[in-house]
Amino acid sequence: MLIRYILKRILIMIPTLVVTSALIFTVINLPEGDYFETLAAEMQAQGEKADMSRIEFLKQEYGFDRPPVERYFWWVAGLLQGDMGYSFEYQRPVREIVGDRLLLTMIVSFATIVFTWIVAFPIGIYSATHQYSWGDYGLTFLGLIGLAVPHFLLALVFMYFANIWFGISIGGLVDPQYLNQPMSWAKFRSLLEHLWIPVIIIGAGGTAGMIRALRANLLDELQKQYYVTARAKGLPPGKALRKYPLRMSLNFFISDIGDILPSIVSGAEVVAIVLSLQTTGPLLIRALQSQDMYLAGSFLMFLSFLTVIGVLISDIALALLDPRIRLQGAATK
Amino acid sequence: MDILRISDLRIGFTVHGLAREVVKGVSLRVPAGKTVALVGESGSGKSVISQAIMGLLPRAGAVTDGEILFRDPLSPRSVVDIAALPPEGEGIRELRGGRIGMIFQEPMSSLSPVHTIGNQIEEALLLHRPMPKASARGLIEAMLKRVGFKNPQRAFDMYAFELSGGLRQRAMLAMALICQPALLIADEPTTALDVTIQAQVLDLMRELQAEMGMAILLITHDLGVVANMADEVVVIFHGEIMERGPVEDIFRHPRHPYLKALLNASPHFDMQEGERLVALREARPRPVATAPAPKPTADAAPLLAVRNLQKTYVTGSRGFFGKGSLTTIKAVDNVSFDIRRGECLGLVGESGCGKTTVSKIIMRAITANAGEVIFDDGRERVDVLGLEGEALRAFRPRIQMIFQDPVSSLSPRMTVMNILREPLTIHDRGETAEQTDRVKALMQDVGLDTRFLNRYPHSFSGGQRQRIGIARALALDPDLIICDEPVSALDVSVQAQILNLLKDLQAERGLTFLFISHNLAVVNYMADRIAVMANGRIVELAPRHTLFTRPVHPYTKALLRSVPFADLDRKLDFKLAAPGGASDDSHWGEAFRTGQDASALTHLPLGDGHYVLARPNADVREMVP
Repeated sequence: MLIRYILKRILIMIPTLVVTSALIFTVINLPEGDYFETLAAEMQAQGEKADMSRIEFLKQEYGFDRPPVERYFWWVAGLLQGDMGYSFEYQRPVREIVGDRLLLTMIVSFATIVFTWIVAFPIGIYSATHQYSWGDYGLTFLGLIGLAVPHFLLALVFMYFANIWFGISIGGLVDPQYLNQPMSWAKFRSLLEHLWIPVIIIGAGGTAGMIRALRANLLDELQKQYYVTARAKGLPPGKALRKYPLRMSLNFFISDIGDILPSIVSGAEVVAIVLSLQTTGPLLIRALQSQDMYLAGSFLMFLSFLTVIGVLISDIALALLDPRIRLQGAATK
Repeated sequence: MDILRISDLRIGFTVHGLAREVVKGVSLRVPAGKTVALVGESGSGKSVISQAIMGLLPRAGAVTDGEILFRDPLSPRSVVDIAALPPEGEGIRELRGGRIGMIFQEPMSSLSPVHTIGNQIEEALLLHRPMPKASARGLIEAMLKRVGFKNPQRAFDMYAFELSGGLRQRAMLAMALICQPALLIADEPTTALDVTIQAQVLDLMRELQAEMGMAILLITHDLGVVANMADEVVVIFHGEIMERGPVEDIFRHPRHPYLKALLNASPHFDMQEGERLVALREARPRPVATAPAPKPTADAAPLLAVRNLQKTYVTGSRGFFGKGSLTTIKAVDNVSFDIRRGECLGLVGESGCGKTTVSKIIMRAITANAGEVIFDDGRERVDVLGLEGEALRAFRPRIQMIFQDPVSSLSPRMTVMNILREPLTIHDRGETAEQTDRVKALMQDVGLDTRFLNRYPHSFSGGQRQRIGIARALALDPDLIICDEPVSALDVSVQAQILNLLKDLQAERGLTFLFISHNLAVVNYMADRIAVMANGRIVELAPRHTLFTRPVHPYTKALLRSVPFADLDRKLDFKLAAPGGASDDSHWGEAFRTGQDASALTHLPLGDGHYVLARPNADVREMVP
């Protein structure tokens, strides 16, 4: 039963990814012209004489004289073989440019999710079980601030105060001497030292949202009859809370993994520019501006893939946790 | 010896800084091994008392005065004052579940949906009587068997949503009784169940009481249940005890006017033709209608003719490519009936029998697989299921609906004015000023003050909300109104008001009702003819009086037998209830059972518009008693 459910979920990923790839490709191709025309226009604007024959040659080389549908299939075929294409702007394969940054992006995202959970979980429980207390009001206020302040502003404020109070610059993810170095213990430690600031900034909004949602969910569950039943059995309040309402509100927590990934990744892009992090954010935004088709496209595809995997993981975890999802609709009744 | 002795109990609630006393000096006692019924309407404080006994009062509430003395028969010398125990302390937790068990009204929501039945019962057992898991499992399975699970090993690992309502309540009983408590508090334990299942669960409670010698505090508003279960009765009204005493005294010589009124407000089978229910508090007087509607002629074509309606649902695990084990459930199976102009046709059956599906098909909310519905108002014949687009939209005002739940059927974000005006706006009836006048007239028709028009639904009581729902259904002057369990969410006294209102409206306007209910007494009060549904088919259809005096089909008989009367001389015969529920056709007589060929059953006429579903070769004379 469970295996079939998982298989089904995996099969559903395929059409999702196909549609996503088509959407990404279309959106990137929506603006007038392509990378080469943008390049020529830029060169002409700077008074240089563009070598039109070279540009024509490049266009042919990369198949830009073909219809978009055909290019799309070439691109997808490449992706399936692990070939993420070639960046025009950097004149290098996408994989080389992106490689290290992708890893850093994943580390930042993962750390942010863990941070969100660790902070949101106890606060949410506290707020729900101490509804309308001073603690609840205070945490609610903090949470609303976290929700309302945009990431980039929070980043600027952090940088300002870090500079004023500690006299340090908190930009970047590793100390400058480790840039473009292979991963080592020293680099890893430097990473950890820098990581907490972007994680707090990126996670602030999500954490606040999650606290609100967990509080509301748990308050609902605390009203439920089965919680009264549990206490009527004589369970101590803490144990009754953990076994029943908390377990039920976990559902939402887990199904949120899929939602939280894209928002963290996109929030991270903006923060990355402000804090000049060596993640993929700044790269992606530059690539989109210059219509560096394969760099931007392959990159977005990779992020979509991550998100779909996140959703899959949350689906499987939900099925393991909640028998209703696992068993309902089964023919045994 | 009294297990429980409550004296001068006062409970106060503080909401938004306002203190309010909801239990005002209540004293009662529960003798060992006896059943005491606590009777009252919602809001009378009866549930609050039970919460106080368990130490489970909501945070806003507290015992302000009085004592709740619990004397455990296992150690009769020591008496515990529950009201004085700290609410989450060790002392009260030992009593809860260990010495005092409790079951609740909603068997679905009282069990956790994500834990197995066995896990939840085991928790209660191990908490109070630590033992190895294996021996716990043995005890639990024995208990599950005792409360009526056919396969206790399997039931142990099942989840609540895999069980029917009756089985869930049995599982709750097993959980409450696993530690052999001295007192069982049952808070409306059968209100959410069908009558036949109710009879079984009540029977089980009595048997277990006899075996284990526990006392039961039964909280209910159903006097029929009280008459069949209780040794002593306590009647409570607005937090004060009106009357108490042995059940014989209470039913044979009710002294207090409140109790008499309560007895008069509940519909019962012995009502005279034309007898009206007397509501506890008469509602706002309504303007008298100018002239009564003309009586319809009997030989005219029926207003609504339903023929051979079929609706199947496919459930089961579906493989990714549409394969897998699929089961087809016939929700509605070859249903035919007529509704005559100006009559009230009752549609009765247990939950899941398909009665609501029929109403939804007539409303065109779901699509039938086959069959036809002909609407004929004397001027034109309309094929309801064949209507599409604009024609359907233009037809919709002719049939309107009154829903069961007065809370969720009104939008909380619309004022009463907007709610009542919406149908008029949708169907372009008149200018704004005309619409406003119409809305005001509707409010008066259903007995509500027109000053309420700018309020939101939350500021009304359940009965008032149901009046708003009725006004909304009347707004477009429909020919047919489908009432889907319109009073089952209301208290007895309010129920009487609403039923009387519907009757009056019908008489004044010549309305036609399809009245769906599981409550036979209510249908008896409202309907002219009654159709009984089981397993998606109409098994018997007869004029009201005939059905109640000369039922033929075994299902109808079982339903009628299972209704508890508020009368000590007609106690339920619990043993007659079929173990698998009344709709299990293996207990029906040969003549009523589906043979190899499903189409073999037909509606046999028994005369006077009485039809029963049986084999065509069955002997009609033999069936009629």
